[in-house]
Amino acid sequence: MIGRYALRFGALGYLAFLLLIPVGLIFYRTFEHGFQPAWDAVTNSQALHALWLTLIIAAIAVPANTLFGVVLAIALVRHRFPGRGLVNAVVDLPLALSPVVVGFSLYLLYGTGGWLGGLSEHGIKILFAVPGMTLATIFVSLPFVVREVVPVLREIGTDQEQAAETLGAAPFTTFRRITLPAIRWAVCYGVVLTTARVIGEFGAVSIVSGRIEGKTETLPLYVQSQFEGFNTTGAFAASVVLALIALTTVLAMRIFRPKEGVA
Amino acid sequence: MASSAAVSVRAPGAVFGRAGGALARGIAVCYLSLIVLVPLAALIWSSRSQGVQSFWDEVTKPEALAALKLTLGAALLVAAFNAVTGTAIAWVLVRDSFRGKGFFNAVIDLPFALPTIVAGLVLLELYGPNSPFGVDLAFQRAGLVLALLFVTLPFVVRAVQPVLLELDQEMEEAAESLGAGRIAVFRRIVFPNLLPAILSGVALAFARAVGEFGSVVLISGNIPFKTEVSSVYIAGQVESDNPAGAAAVSVVLLLISLGVLLLIGAFRHWRTQHDR
Repeated sequence: MIGRYALRFGALGYLAFLLLIPVGLIFYRTFEHGFQPAWDAVTNSQALHALWLTLIIAAIAVPANTLFGVVLAIALVRHRFPGRGLVNAVVDLPLALSPVVVGFSLYLLYGTGGWLGGLSEHGIKILFAVPGMTLATIFVSLPFVVREVVPVLREIGTDQEQAAETLGAAPFTTFRRITLPAIRWAVCYGVVLTTARVIGEFGAVSIVSGRIEGKTETLPLYVQSQFEGFNTTGAFAASVVLALIALTTVLAMRIFRPKEGVA
Repeated sequence: MASSAAVSVRAPGAVFGRAGGALARGIAVCYLSLIVLVPLAALIWSSRSQGVQSFWDEVTKPEALAALKLTLGAALLVAAFNAVTGTAIAWVLVRDSFRGKGFFNAVIDLPFALPTIVAGLVLLELYGPNSPFGVDLAFQRAGLVLALLFVTLPFVVRAVQPVLLELDQEMEEAAESLGAGRIAVFRRIVFPNLLPAILSGVALAFARAVGEFGSVVLISGNIPFKTEVSSVYIAGQVESDNPAGAAAVSVVLLLISLGVLLLIGAFRHWRTQHDR
């Protein structure tokens, strides 16, 4: 009995010190001088631009990875093709790879002398601009939808899809009426995870953005630049915005998460 | 398949039909290549084109080597620590019951959701020079390890939890009724069942720790030979315009990631074998 309590308080105490106190502190530090300074810090034009840019990148990266994530998952589970093992391995790679390496790879590809470095001479600016930042963000958040949808597709099997087909349903109708309803919660959960990663991405974006203030600065980059410029209030106020997004994400995770976890 | 002779059914579950299947495959492979493979190929190409000797020189530069050693050492330490704490937290969340359990269970996902730079900022504020607890770990290796512990916390917990939930408690009851003590039950019954899950969680945590950037960049202070990890070293080399140095270390990190993924694949295989 004592062992059980020791384990419980040990585990919860660890969580409190590592997670709860730090996250609570963000809110405390932001509002310790009242609401107004914090509000001013996130409503200046630089902060608003950073927020706007973060949302634009999310608006491109999340739908792209959702759409292609579902297609990738279907290709991986329902089809056998040469190179399938490789595709399967590559899908997981962004989870295990340093975001800095991701950013640097894009830097080499689209930079001067890179394979696609010539694009900038034709007026297509990718590096140190929004397209490059979007590509980096898509790279790091690619696995989430795929990884959530794949096990569900495996589990539901193909019986219903085949039944629909034998009854004359066109392939796309089968997908829309049978497959999609079955995987929709997994897709939602994947979208939540993708959004969280996209909003908070720092390492990869910091390399490809060139960090031009007021131009290629997302909210996480803004946090760092404000902190390094000794504007702690600004850094914490922007952190609160990000933390609120994160807390919403955690709530959404609770709702969409497949039944594992505590009952 | 063979039983449905009357109706011709296509290959198992050919969603989208045959032409659509080819299309899905094509789109999937193109997307992956465009987003992931081509940039990584550019990385490998650029480090290869300098020749093996210069690659090796860049990797074994004292500063690069020190960063790599620190990265691997810290990641190993954090992974090992997570193996214990992650399993303990998963155990408490599954087998114990107390008020607020749902809350604590939800909180585990926070490090996944919270932007890494915010985590770094807060940890620096809490365990740095202005620490309300008087614990100053800033610009020290301990601070680096703390940041890594924060971001890797969910991996082992979330890997072990579902396995622990599914684990049949009858086995443990049988062992106990045969006179096994609690420790013996854990060691001989529970632990072997959890091991594949623990190892995959640990491997993911290790990979994450090796590559982590946002949360460590502020608290570690990036002092060469002391608190500079490889990802920070790469970023520094890019900024000081030495792409060759950045490319060489990047390739090493890429190889480590691939190695970890191979290991995780092996653990997964082991787990499915175990189930049968």
